[in-house]
Amino acid sequence: MRKQLMKGNEAIVKSAILAGCRAFYGYPITPASEITEAAAEYMSQTGGVFLQAESEVAAVNMLYGAASAGVRCMTSSSGPGISLMQEGISYMAGAELPCVIADITRGGPGLGNIAAEQSDYHQVVKGGGHGNYRTIVLAPHSVQEMADLTALAFELADRYRNPVVVLADGFIGQMMEPVEFPQTAVEPRQPDWAVAGTAATRGNLINSLFMDIDDLEAHVNALEAKYRIAEERETRAEEWNTDDAEIVLVGYGIVGRILKAVTAEARAEGIHVGVLRPITLYPFPTQHFQRLAMRARVFVVVEMSNGQLIEDVRLALNGARPVEFLGRTGGNVPSHDEVLALVRKLARRYLPVNAVEEERMANV
Amino acid sequence: MSSELISDYEVVHSRAKSFYERYERKPELQHQTHFCPGCGHGTVHKMLARAIDELGIQDKTILIGPVGCSVFTYYYFDVGNVQAAHGRAPAVATAVKRSHPGSIVIGYQGDGDLSAIGAAEILHAANRGEHISVIFVNNGIYSMTGGQAAPTTLIGQKSTTTPGGRNAATEGYPLQVSELLATLQAPVYIERVGLGDNKQIAQANRAVKRAVENQVRGLGFSLIEILAPCPTIWKMSAVDSQHWVRDVMEKTYPLGVFCDRTKEVQPRGLPEAGPSLDQIPHILGVADEDLPEGNSAVVEKAEDIDLHVRVAGFGGQGVLLLGEVLAEAGLDAGLEVSWLPSYGPEMRSGTSNCHVRLSSQPIDSPLVTVPNILIAMNEPSLRKFDLSVRPGGWVIYNGDTFPADCMREDVHVLALPFTQVAHELGDARACNMVMLGTLLEIANSLPQASIDVALRRLIKNPKWVELDERALTRGRELFKESLQEV
Repeated sequence: MRKQLMKGNEAIVKSAILAGCRAFYGYPITPASEITEAAAEYMSQTGGVFLQAESEVAAVNMLYGAASAGVRCMTSSSGPGISLMQEGISYMAGAELPCVIADITRGGPGLGNIAAEQSDYHQVVKGGGHGNYRTIVLAPHSVQEMADLTALAFELADRYRNPVVVLADGFIGQMMEPVEFPQTAVEPRQPDWAVAGTAATRGNLINSLFMDIDDLEAHVNALEAKYRIAEERETRAEEWNTDDAEIVLVGYGIVGRILKAVTAEARAEGIHVGVLRPITLYPFPTQHFQRLAMRARVFVVVEMSNGQLIEDVRLALNGARPVEFLGRTGGNVPSHDEVLALVRKLARRYLPVNAVEEERMANV
Repeated sequence: MSSELISDYEVVHSRAKSFYERYERKPELQHQTHFCPGCGHGTVHKMLARAIDELGIQDKTILIGPVGCSVFTYYYFDVGNVQAAHGRAPAVATAVKRSHPGSIVIGYQGDGDLSAIGAAEILHAANRGEHISVIFVNNGIYSMTGGQAAPTTLIGQKSTTTPGGRNAATEGYPLQVSELLATLQAPVYIERVGLGDNKQIAQANRAVKRAVENQVRGLGFSLIEILAPCPTIWKMSAVDSQHWVRDVMEKTYPLGVFCDRTKEVQPRGLPEAGPSLDQIPHILGVADEDLPEGNSAVVEKAEDIDLHVRVAGFGGQGVLLLGEVLAEAGLDAGLEVSWLPSYGPEMRSGTSNCHVRLSSQPIDSPLVTVPNILIAMNEPSLRKFDLSVRPGGWVIYNGDTFPADCMREDVHVLALPFTQVAHELGDARACNMVMLGTLLEIANSLPQASIDVALRRLIKNPKWVELDERALTRGRELFKESLQEV
C-alpha cells in the first residue's frame, strides 16, 4: 500500500467510508469541523447520506435513526457538542444501536477555547449520559491510527451493538502524516435486527423503554454482560520500552507521542523509562498496568487535562505502585522538558541511586 | 369483522390489519390499549392503522414513537417501530427515511413532545421538507406526567404548573404550530383537524390518510395537527371533553388546511444507486494505482536524517505551504514525515506557524519544540522562537539585518531580505519558496526530484510552479553565496 500525507480529520472520514459507513449526521464545531466537511464531500459521492443537523441534539438523534435503519453511521464533535449528544448516546446504548462518534477534544469547561485538550475523558469514557451504560473508546495517537481505529470502531460498534467513540485531540485531527488505507471497501450490510421498511423487518423494534422493573434490570444485566466480554477481548495498549522500565510514563493520544520522545532522552541518561499508552480507554487495559507494576517503581500519568485518565490508572494499579501526575490545560501541551524534568526528579526519589549512577558510569 | 344492527344503523366492529391481534409487548391486559376511556389517542391510532391498511403499506411503514401518553405505539402497530427520545422523533424520522427512501416513515407526537422540547427538530425537519408524515396530537396539556402546562395550553386554562390558569404575561400564548410551520416554503401539506364531533372525526380520518398518502406519492413533508380530548387530565367526562375540543379549543386553534402544495410539487423518485464497491477507493483518492510511486530509490541514506523544522510568519506568507512542500518532498523521498500546523487561538491572530519533521527513523513526537532549523519569516516570529533553536542549529531569517539582541553564539544565522528577492523574481509571495530553497541547501538531504513532485502535487497553477521553481533555485544559490562571503 502506498502512503500519502493526510490530516487526521480527513483520514477518519475516508476510513469510515471504506469501512462501510454510509451516513454522516453532524454539526460544525472547531476543531472537528474538517470531519464534517470531508463527510459532506465524500458521502454523497459514495452513495451515502450527509446532513448538517440543526444541533448536536438533532445530529445524535439522526444517528439513532440511521442506526435503527441498519446503516453504518457516524458523527463528529468536540467538548460542548459531545455534552449535548450525551442524552442520545445513552439512548443508543440503551437501544443497543451501533454508531461511531469522533470527539476531537477542545478546551473546557463551558465555551473553554478551541485549543487541544484531553478534558473530555470523563464525559466520554465514563458515559456522560444517564443510566447504566458504557461506550467503547479508542484513542489514536497518529494519523494512521485515526484511519485504523476508525475502521475498528465500526467493527466493534456492530459486534457489541453499542456506540464507539474515537477520542482524539486537535493535534491528531489537524496534523498531517503519511497514511495508508485498505484497498478494498467493506460492503454495507443490513443487520437483521434493524427496522428497514420491509416485510422481513416489520416485527423489529428499536427501543430503550422497559416499564417493568425486572425487565429493565435484566436488560441492564445483559448490557453489563456484553461490556464484560468487551473487557476480556478488546483491550488494547501500546508498550514502548517497558521491558525493563522502572518508571512507566502513561498517556494517550498526542501525549503518547511526547512520552516516546522523552523516553529516548531519559534512557540516554540511564533512567529506565518506558511508555504505556492505552489505546482502548474503555475497556481499560488494566492487565498491562498490573503486569508492568511487577517491575516498575512508579507510574507517571501525563495528560492535557487536570487529571482524568489518572483515576483509571489508580484503579488499575489498586495501590500497588505510586502514581504521579503531570497535567497541562487550556490548550497547553506538557512539554518534553517538563516531562523530562519530572522523570529526573522521580528517578532521584524512587530509583536506587546506584542503579542510575552505575548506568551513567557504564555509558561514560 | 363483526356487525350488529342498532336501530337503523349497521355497526361494524373490526380491527385494522396494521394493529397486532393481541398486544403482546404490553405487560398486562393485552387485549386492550393503555389509553383512558375517551382519550383522543385511541381514535387517532385507529385512523392511522386504517390509513396504512388502505394504502397497502404495512410492510413498508416505520412508525417513530414519541415520549408522552403515546409512547407505546409499538405495543399496537404491527409495523416497523422505532421509539424516539422526547421531542426528537422528527430527527429520528429524518435519518430513517433518508436511510430507506422507499419506506414510509410516520412520526407520531404529542404537543409537549413536538411543540416544547422538540420545537427545533420539527421546525427543521419541516423546513428541510423531509419526506415524512407527522401526526401531531394536541390536547393542550402534558398528560403522561400528570397535567403540567404545555406551550399549547389555552389562556386561562388551569394546569398543575399554571394553577391560576395560563397567563399570557408570564407564560406566553398558545403556540399555533400549524400556522407557524405553514410559513415555511418546504412543507407540502399542513392541516389542523379536531376530534370534537363525528363530522370533525370524519375529516380527521381523511386528513391522516392524506398525510400518509402524500408520502406514498413521493410529495414531501406533511403534518396533521389533531385537537384531541384528554378527559382524565381535563377532569371531564368523555363526552364533555369531546365537546370542549369543538366549543373551546377550536377558538384558539381554528381548523383548516394551512398549506397545500400537493398539486404543485413534483413527486420524488428513489435515489440512484451509489457507485460500485471497487470504485470507492478511487473516489476517496486512496487507491494505490492513483498514488505516485515516489522517489525513495534515489535517496542516499549515507547518514541519519533528523530534521526538526519550525516555520513561522504572518498568515498569508505561505508558512503552512512551505511546511507542506517540505513534508511532501520528504514523503516522496521515502522518509518518515509529520506536519503539524499551529493550532488554537494563534490561528486567528494573524501569525501562523507549523512544525515539520523529516526523519530516517520513525517519528516519536510531531511537536517541534526544539527545532534544528527555524525559518522566521518576520521579526515577531524570530523573537518568539529564536531561543528554542537547538545549539548548532540554523536560523533562517527574512530581514536585511539580524536583530542584535537576538544574536546567539551557538546557532548559525542566515538573514537576507527574502521578500525583496522574491519580488525581484516576479512576486513577493514566492518568499516562502526562496526560504525553502535555502533550507533545502542547508539540510542537503532531499533529491530535487522529490521537491519537484511535491511542488506539482500542492500547487495547481503552472505559472506558480514555474515561479516557485525559480524561487527555490534562487534560495539555494543565496545560501551558497553566503558561504562564499564568509
